[in-house]
Amino acid sequence: MRHLIDIQDLSIQEIEDLLHVADDIIADPARFAEVCHNKTMATLFFEPSTRTRLSFEAAMLELGGRVLGFSSASSSSATKGESVADTVAVVSGYSNIIVMRHPKEGAPVVAARHSDVPVINAGDGGHNHPTQTLTDLLTIHREKGRLDHMTVGLCGDLQFGRTVHSLIAAMSRYEGIRFVLISPDELKVPDYVKQDILEARGCDFAEVRSLEEAIPELDVLYMTRVQKERFFNEADYVRLKDSYILDPEKLTAAKSDLCIMHPLPRVNEISTRVDDDPRACYFKQTRYGKFVRMALVMMLLGLEEPA
Amino acid sequence: MNIDSITNGIVLDHITAGKSLVIYQYLHLDQLKCSVAVIQNAKSQRMGRKDIIKIDDALDVDLDILGYIDPGITVNIIRDGKLAAKHTLELPETLTGVIRCKNPRCITSTEASAEQEFYLADRERKIYRCRYCDAAYR
Repeated sequence: MRHLIDIQDLSIQEIEDLLHVADDIIADPARFAEVCHNKTMATLFFEPSTRTRLSFEAAMLELGGRVLGFSSASSSSATKGESVADTVAVVSGYSNIIVMRHPKEGAPVVAARHSDVPVINAGDGGHNHPTQTLTDLLTIHREKGRLDHMTVGLCGDLQFGRTVHSLIAAMSRYEGIRFVLISPDELKVPDYVKQDILEARGCDFAEVRSLEEAIPELDVLYMTRVQKERFFNEADYVRLKDSYILDPEKLTAAKSDLCIMHPLPRVNEISTRVDDDPRACYFKQTRYGKFVRMALVMMLLGLEEPA
Repeated sequence: MNIDSITNGIVLDHITAGKSLVIYQYLHLDQLKCSVAVIQNAKSQRMGRKDIIKIDDALDVDLDILGYIDPGITVNIIRDGKLAAKHTLELPETLTGVIRCKNPRCITSTEASAEQEFYLADRERKIYRCRYCDAAYR
């Protein structure tokens, strides 16, 4: 039985297969409308989420399946002190697949060990969020037509951003990827990401502070939010915050086929004036998230594409 | 000081001076019924001072953990009073129930059934990471 806990649980071939199925679903969603008939997904969200939970539920419903679950720990037996292991052991008797978000890092590993059905990690604290990474990979693949030989800029909070670390881990496995890591010194990519992933895989990367200087060479720009609470003093935050806001003026130097992404929610790091730019892909990205989750559910349930 | 030589058993030699009692605990040697000799601060040409542990009449001791605690140890296996094998140690691929994750956000901090497990992430730099949250053990 397969689970998805970390994006690196999937081989490059498996990711390619998932993206291929997602492409087929996008091309003809009606063909997949009954694939999960009589299958039930349990969504165990011990922490609130809007996009991820609704995206999973929409995915299952569009595959013809059913959904049950809870959307916060307060509406589960976790408030009575029930362990993750017990909760999952019970719920795996009511469902064919479990989707779990939990504030504690590594909780899905515990869940997978006590579940009789596949477990999908829908985010465990600041640790992993593999279906966001699958969403990002499908977006890049759909918008650029490939996952190799390109320059990927990651901008903003690169220290605490789990989506950034997972995307680096996933993209660094492809040939010819150059990363431009754009952040203030306070929020640089942690050393373990540099040592264990980028350097260990011989990946080409540069760390820079200026978005304006980096933007002309980028094929993909992945924006994240610079949060005030990450800074030790407000003066540093005020000094830096505007330099990581993407606006039409900064985009004048960018390539005409740049793909602008953001895991959302956005606060002010991408100006709303960018939304109508054809290079803005962040809302498309959320739609792709549903399709790649449909493909993932099919894969973990061992379901073939219908004829 | 004389300690009787053993006929069948294990001699852990070249233990860093002062570490023998830690090893005694990690290997649960207190639970063995046989004789165990712990020699501290023995003279050593190579190390200046060293500790030695002699375990008589027991060969099925799980020694994997030693590579993590004190990789310089030499393991001598004695059979019929003779040195039957001599092993140097390597860092084990996994550590189970040995060290605790210090990440307060890790599930092991709240989930009683989750056994502490670490995997060797970088042999050269001797870095172990938590199986659950991937935090490095320091």
